[in-house]
Amino acid sequence: MDFALTEEQLMLQESIGGYLRSACPLDSVREATEVGTTHVPKIAAGLAELGAAGILIPEELGGVGMGFLEAALISEALGSVIAPVSFVASSVMAPVALLGAGSQDQRERWLPRVASGEVLIGVGISEHIGRRETDGIFADDDTLTGKAMFVLDGMDADTLLVADNEAQLYLVQASDVTRNKLKTIDRTRSVAEIVLDQTSAEILPGSVNNRKHLNDMVNAGRVMLAADTLGAAGTMLEQAIEYAKERRQFNRVIGSFQAVKHMCSEMAADLEPCRSLVWYAAHAIRAIPDEATLMACHAKAHLAETGRFVARKATEVHGGMGFTDLLGLHYWFKRIGFDRQLLGAPEVVREEAAVAQGWI
Amino acid sequence: MDLAYSPEYEQYRMEVRQFLDANRDQSPPPYGRGNGDGKARDWQKLLIENGYAARTIPKEYGGFGGEPDILKSHIIAQEFASAGVRPGHSGDNRLVPTVLELGTEDQKQWLVPPTVRGDMIWCQGYSEPGSGSDLASLSTRAIVDGDDFVINGQKIWTSGAQHADMIFCLVRTEPDAPKHQGISYLVFSMDTPGIEVRPLVTMTGEATFNEVFFTDVRVPKHQIIGNRGEGWFVANNTLKHEREGLGDPNQAENRFREIVDLMQRETMDSNRLIDNPTYRDRLLSLQGRMLAMKFNGMRVLTSQIKEEEPGLPRWIIKLQGCELNHQMAAMAIDSMGELGILYDDGPYLRDQGRWQQRYMMDLGLIIGGGTAQIQKNMIGERALGLPKEPKFEKPLN
Repeated sequence: MDFALTEEQLMLQESIGGYLRSACPLDSVREATEVGTTHVPKIAAGLAELGAAGILIPEELGGVGMGFLEAALISEALGSVIAPVSFVASSVMAPVALLGAGSQDQRERWLPRVASGEVLIGVGISEHIGRRETDGIFADDDTLTGKAMFVLDGMDADTLLVADNEAQLYLVQASDVTRNKLKTIDRTRSVAEIVLDQTSAEILPGSVNNRKHLNDMVNAGRVMLAADTLGAAGTMLEQAIEYAKERRQFNRVIGSFQAVKHMCSEMAADLEPCRSLVWYAAHAIRAIPDEATLMACHAKAHLAETGRFVARKATEVHGGMGFTDLLGLHYWFKRIGFDRQLLGAPEVVREEAAVAQGWI
Repeated sequence: MDLAYSPEYEQYRMEVRQFLDANRDQSPPPYGRGNGDGKARDWQKLLIENGYAARTIPKEYGGFGGEPDILKSHIIAQEFASAGVRPGHSGDNRLVPTVLELGTEDQKQWLVPPTVRGDMIWCQGYSEPGSGSDLASLSTRAIVDGDDFVINGQKIWTSGAQHADMIFCLVRTEPDAPKHQGISYLVFSMDTPGIEVRPLVTMTGEATFNEVFFTDVRVPKHQIIGNRGEGWFVANNTLKHEREGLGDPNQAENRFREIVDLMQRETMDSNRLIDNPTYRDRLLSLQGRMLAMKFNGMRVLTSQIKEEEPGLPRWIIKLQGCELNHQMAAMAIDSMGELGILYDDGPYLRDQGRWQQRYMMDLGLIIGGGTAQIQKNMIGERALGLPKEPKFEKPLN
């Protein structure tokens, strides 16, 4: 019984965290978002060198062959510095699909280039969480027609992995589709609307009449978004505590007032157990497959709720300054808001948790 | 991350299970205090002999004398809980560790063996009407007269005082010293002349607490644990042991299963309660919180096995665990609609009316053992490093 990170995982956490703290300060996030960049090549190259881009990809395909807990630690580190780089779609969800449902040829063609950072794969499956009337992709022979919304990392990707209305998975070239950037609150990551019109597509053979791979992608993606929120909320809490120790009013630092101290304690008390939930959910994906869906749903929903609480309270601890652009707290606030809605808002995901345990 | 138990511990778990299968018919009812009839005493004796109770208390003081092994203790607790069999006890989990750590040899021989056997039942005399969260301001006085302390004053919230044989009690022996340095920790019989116990009926309708009045109660001077004026230090040792027992994640998980069972069993308008999407969503939110606390508990357990200080994950257990239990009781009551208000007894009562009882008791637990507000102060100051509130000391007399 050892519910803790291993030495290797702690080292990974330290190397990725250390790199991002120096390579991705708030100023560089501001710079990137001001010119509309959601995948900064320099930061991405550094991460790829540390193995992040190929974290799940086996060594023989150019990756480092680690597991979902390691991937979650990277996602947390990215969230904590609100890094403007693609990760969840290209380095987690797409490799899950290719490794599970791709042909040998497809894996060898794509995964080494994903691991090196040469290629980014965006993921468009939001219609399988909840489909609006005007959306959805339909297959006809070797082509796809229709519209996918909220394609994750979609504007930066060279290749797109999409699902048709029967959850079969395909690769299409980004240059073959009409792509529109969707402006969201979070300017550190991209989501796109893509329109396909008899676009040629390459099916992942393992996904034919098999929903499993789509479900695996969704589970992995949800755990990564939960970890991203964990990181972002952790930074907001740290900043609130630091501010409460420095800011003086009535001749005292404000952290000595119980009203402020208790806000910090409540945030810490709610957030700390979330770390264990994310670890468990990430571990369960491979080690306890029977629980994978249930735990991914709970991690996603519970982190969304706790993240929102921390985002709001940490801003409040900063008083009027928290509301300004000067401190930049809003970048974390918005990242947490983005994570919450993507791949299923809490109510939707909890309902899936009810199904996963046979309640309904 | 390795959630499997090593073969050694799997073997140990099998041994505990075999023991429970073979002996469960000898166990007393699952709840209760003290030995009552001899059955509880015999059960405790059997458990100690097998290392399932008083496991780490040395043999010479009536325990099993095993090496500390948190994982074994954890396995014992889990297996007894899932078998629904009354676990053993280590005497009193607040007093015994304190006496073993800070008592004299004579005190250990006098107090620990009968307590471990279950023949000596304790109550805790800490809180006073004027000293709740600010416990160190307590004013029950003990003055030296010959070979005795003479105690006058009053305690409150004294759980189980009406059944207790003994009390461990904080009294002010050095009125001129700063408040934390003027307190001593005394132990004495509840049969001592001058003690009056008045039951304090709570909102649940039961008298689980008492007021205890002391009028010229004479206690021999040697019945002090630690030195005069060091009682605050001794008491903090006790409180540490008490808090760890509150907000236990295993309890939350068991309670959650009971609610799911209730909501799958009960119907309203021909639908199961769990089929109501509003209630179901609330239930699922609680499940998320419960799981987070369960895994947080596993993380703390791992730290303890490695003899590392768990830090923040442990500081939050009491605050979060008690609140979660309270919210779960509220959920069960709400889902039952009007049936939720039934109480005491009656043909329509569900689950023996324990959800209302728990809903109220949990509020008591949120307040007792350090209120939620005091917990938040401790988390803020000790775990997050925020500064203390400036203090305005008032004179003690």
